[in-house]
Amino acid sequence: MVKGSLLLALVLGITNCSSDKGGAGQTAISVDSLVSNDGALQKGLSTAKQIFYSLPSPLETALILKRAGATYNEDLLNPVENASRYSTNKSMALNLGIYSTDLSYASLFDQTQATIKYMSASKKMAEGLGILNAIDNSVVQRLEENVNNRDVIMDIISETFLNTNSVLEEDDRASVGAVILVGGWIEGLYLATSLVGDSKNVDSELMERIIDQKLSLVTVISLLDQYKANPDVKSVLTDIQALKAVFDEIEITISDVEIVPGKDGAPATLRAKSVISVKPESFAKLKATTYEIRTKYIQ
Amino acid sequence: MKRFWIIAIPLVFLLVPQLGYSQCKNFAKKVCKSELAPYLHDGNYNAAILTEGEDAELFKTFYAGQEYRIAVCSSSALPKVNFTIMDTQRKVLYESKDHNYALYYDFKAETTQMLIISVKVNTKSGTAPSDELVSGCVAIMFGLKMK
Repeated sequence: MVKGSLLLALVLGITNCSSDKGGAGQTAISVDSLVSNDGALQKGLSTAKQIFYSLPSPLETALILKRAGATYNEDLLNPVENASRYSTNKSMALNLGIYSTDLSYASLFDQTQATIKYMSASKKMAEGLGILNAIDNSVVQRLEENVNNRDVIMDIISETFLNTNSVLEEDDRASVGAVILVGGWIEGLYLATSLVGDSKNVDSELMERIIDQKLSLVTVISLLDQYKANPDVKSVLTDIQALKAVFDEIEITISDVEIVPGKDGAPATLRAKSVISVKPESFAKLKATTYEIRTKYIQ
Repeated sequence: MKRFWIIAIPLVFLLVPQLGYSQCKNFAKKVCKSELAPYLHDGNYNAAILTEGEDAELFKTFYAGQEYRIAVCSSSALPKVNFTIMDTQRKVLYESKDHNYALYYDFKAETTQMLIISVKVNTKSGTAPSDELVSGCVAIMFGLKMK
């Protein structure tokens, strides 16, 4: 591993792979090649009746942040007072995603008052979008009754996301669901890039998870592309393209994946080797672009 | 009476898919979600009405260090559903048909990976082409290990 701001490239060798197969195939991750019509992901799509592009949910985003060593900083969250500003479908959908990530982040750090506040803000956005059954008063009440039981709280949050997503799908408003998910994803990226500090922390797990978002970006673009006839989705896609231009400067190379079966009921392990290369100026650009997009969304 | 049928027939065509979506939502929430325990459902909803022989694909990034459960469940009326996990080069990593059509698969990724989950509904063996094909809900859900 080589690091240091004086070097042109910061190379993170992720060495948690015990077997380095001789001649193993190395694949450089390119967003363009994966999402293009003849890209690897697209092969076989013509036969599938339905395609799902699954973004990390707000709950997963918050969990990944915490697992990677992020700390809690309430000052970074979108203030709940801003909720009254959002009156268009686009702003309510984006901020339902943003508040949902803030809610998940606060709850994982056992911030009970913030959890209740952000659930109420999410409820307001859901009501504005006409998803009346997704988060009702009983949800907030159940949260208040279980403030000391994190498992129950996480379960309630998971249930509200499922209700929101399924109601939108049922009402043929999947495009709104896509904007919500992208709002939540941008908030996760904003929290992570704000918490990681500058590029001196290049070898931190949090930095690695930020760079990993290049892979999720493939699903973000593919998901939005499905609904780009919708003007709200189209404008969000334009913002995401700006982020893609920055991620294009970051290199990720992944070796062939092999499965190591788990023993005695333990989960299997997907084993592969990945190498990340990011220049300090590219990371600074990523941080600035994320900040810019997120600021636009919460205004 | 004729006017009744003029109104009723299009209404049936409009309502039947809605009924299907609604049943699928309830199936995913009540049946499939329970397959994820003790993992926490991530909150995402991925379900579709599929007919025998049809398939669906899902693309998702799985993060390093996180333990996941992938659960694939289907309506009891449908034949067996095979789910396949592939990498981005479409190299097959796991197939449920090789594991007695297990309903879920638990794993941990050492490095962050984008994977493709493909689900395919089998066709009933011995079905004559003229027989009516069965349709039903298929849901793909993800569980997260919290500790």
